[in-house]
Amino acid sequence: MPKQILMSREVLLTGAIALLLAIIATRFPAFITPSNLANVFNDTAPLILLAIGQMIVILTRCIDLSVAANLALTGMVVSMINVAMPGLPVPIIILVAVGFGALLGMVNGILVWKLEIPPIVVTLGTMTIFRGTIFLLSEGKWINAHEFSDPFKAFPRAELLGLPLMSWIAIAAVIFFSIVMSRTTLGRAFYAAGGNPHAATYAGIDVGRTQFWAFTISGALAGLTGYLWVSRFAVAFVDLAGGFELSVVAACVIGGVAIMGGIGTVVGAMLGALFLGIISNALPVVNISPFWQLAISGGAIIIAVALNAQANREKGRIILKRAEHAT
Amino acid sequence: MTNTARFIPDRLESPLERRLKSWETLLLAVAVGIFIVNSFTSPYFLNAWNLSDMTFNFTEKAMIAFAMALLIIAGEIDLSVASIIALASTAMGAAVQVGVGTPGLVLIGLGVGLICGAFNGFLVTKMGLPSIVVTIGTMSLFRGISYIVLGDQAYRGYPSDFSFFGQGYVFWVISFEFVLFAIIALLYFVILHKTNFGRAVYAIGNNAIGAEFSGIRVARVKFILFLLTGLMSGIAAICLTSRLASTRPSIAFGWELEIVTMVVLGGVSILGGSGSIPGVVIAAFVMGLVTFGLGLLNVPGIVMSIVIGLLLIGVIALPRLWEKWRA
Repeated sequence: MPKQILMSREVLLTGAIALLLAIIATRFPAFITPSNLANVFNDTAPLILLAIGQMIVILTRCIDLSVAANLALTGMVVSMINVAMPGLPVPIIILVAVGFGALLGMVNGILVWKLEIPPIVVTLGTMTIFRGTIFLLSEGKWINAHEFSDPFKAFPRAELLGLPLMSWIAIAAVIFFSIVMSRTTLGRAFYAAGGNPHAATYAGIDVGRTQFWAFTISGALAGLTGYLWVSRFAVAFVDLAGGFELSVVAACVIGGVAIMGGIGTVVGAMLGALFLGIISNALPVVNISPFWQLAISGGAIIIAVALNAQANREKGRIILKRAEHAT
Repeated sequence: MTNTARFIPDRLESPLERRLKSWETLLLAVAVGIFIVNSFTSPYFLNAWNLSDMTFNFTEKAMIAFAMALLIIAGEIDLSVASIIALASTAMGAAVQVGVGTPGLVLIGLGVGLICGAFNGFLVTKMGLPSIVVTIGTMSLFRGISYIVLGDQAYRGYPSDFSFFGQGYVFWVISFEFVLFAIIALLYFVILHKTNFGRAVYAIGNNAIGAEFSGIRVARVKFILFLLTGLMSGIAAICLTSRLASTRPSIAFGWELEIVTMVVLGGVSILGGSGSIPGVVIAAFVMGLVTFGLGLLNVPGIVMSIVIGLLLIGVIALPRLWEKWRA
């Protein structure tokens, strides 16, 4: 048992992150000061939030490629609401963001649940539809810093016990979803539906409905992140967070979430996101062009998925090589 | 990533051939309908040169779509095709800077395509990784390399005889690209519908284990399909680079979505096992006509992407809604 805990994905990943930090620290000691690490965490908060939602979706053998477009669309919607009604209090804005994001997630969920369309097709389609809708809403214009109301912009930066609210929201989400995933029937249903859909069906779990809720949660988190993103950077435009869905999938795969479903933890997804966040924050420090970011994410996805497959094989999970309709 | 617990495609229900034929006839009717609507809405539509220009909207994408159709019929997918175009184009651009002539450029374009396809094929067939994640990874890896090489720069200065591939005309308004498209369509028609290899592709898509036990070398067939998809992306990269006469890392961005849409619109089942080349050919014309018609009406590109996203989901959703409604 102790060996199992020692060799668990989370411990290994924490070790990898510590190693990464140590390597950076040998040349740039300032990078690992607590205040800078807090900054890195704060920068990574959006990725953590989205990775939690994506992890739940992947657990149920689906994938959500529309998260970044959902984030950008919700961000644009709340920005336009703020411009139209500057007096609207921030808590209501947040409720609107979460609700609107969840609604977009439900669109994905319904198509996967009721019409049984492969999730990759659904979310590739909704990804472009959401992006196009932003263009229709905004007519291609940007909403810039001076157009937002001050409370709208101040919220994610407001500090509590020395950390910005943005970081606190990420921490709260990690704790909340860790409990949901391990202590509630819905949480266990996500694992069951992805681990073995046949068995889950016989156990009385509606696999389709479980997938629907996974997409809804992913959408709600994307919506929340949409508000946090536009308010923190004080800008909303069509291509906001373009290509970010790839980083989110990368964070999950690095965090040990099995793409064939059923395996993964909230803490793993968070560590995967932090791993990528540290790399992207360290690149400018060690004087590497930010253009490396895309290739590094791609390489990380491939290496991580290869390692995952290897690890699962050793455990003897795959007894017979199955025909996989990997669409 | 589909749910076998709830969805077991019953392909014996109606004769496959009749169903495919009816789908293709329907698609043809749609194409003719769009053609007629277009000729009424824009006075510039019915013009030999404009119609010739229209074919450039789909020829390059369709070349890849044929190979992608085979891949999807065999139950795999390749989302990295657009990134292979970017990488191949970047390699050709770099070669131009050191004075490589047109024959060398063509070889480089084809070579990079083949290498990328082989890399995908290796990861999927030899390492046993799911193609959807592998190609999401290589999608950012390949384009990421282009970004590392080019950053925000562009390659220009292609030799003048290189322009023939994308800008040359064989006879009157018949472009070289259109002839190439027709030849490739014919080749893939023969490969898929008239050879043992084509039968093996269908067999693998319908039942990979059954195919393995009938003596089909499943891994090898899949590897060849990834190679072909890479090669087609290389050919498309040559045509597109020649047509644009410049290379940026964002070249062909988002094409993978349009190519998958084209294949699915052409009646290829996203779950694998069924589909035909004539269907994909008609789908290519439908998409070319739609984008060209909207373009003549000054509809911006991003709104066209909404149409394509809706097409992708609608084409799969409508038959299922119809079946549900009848049941």
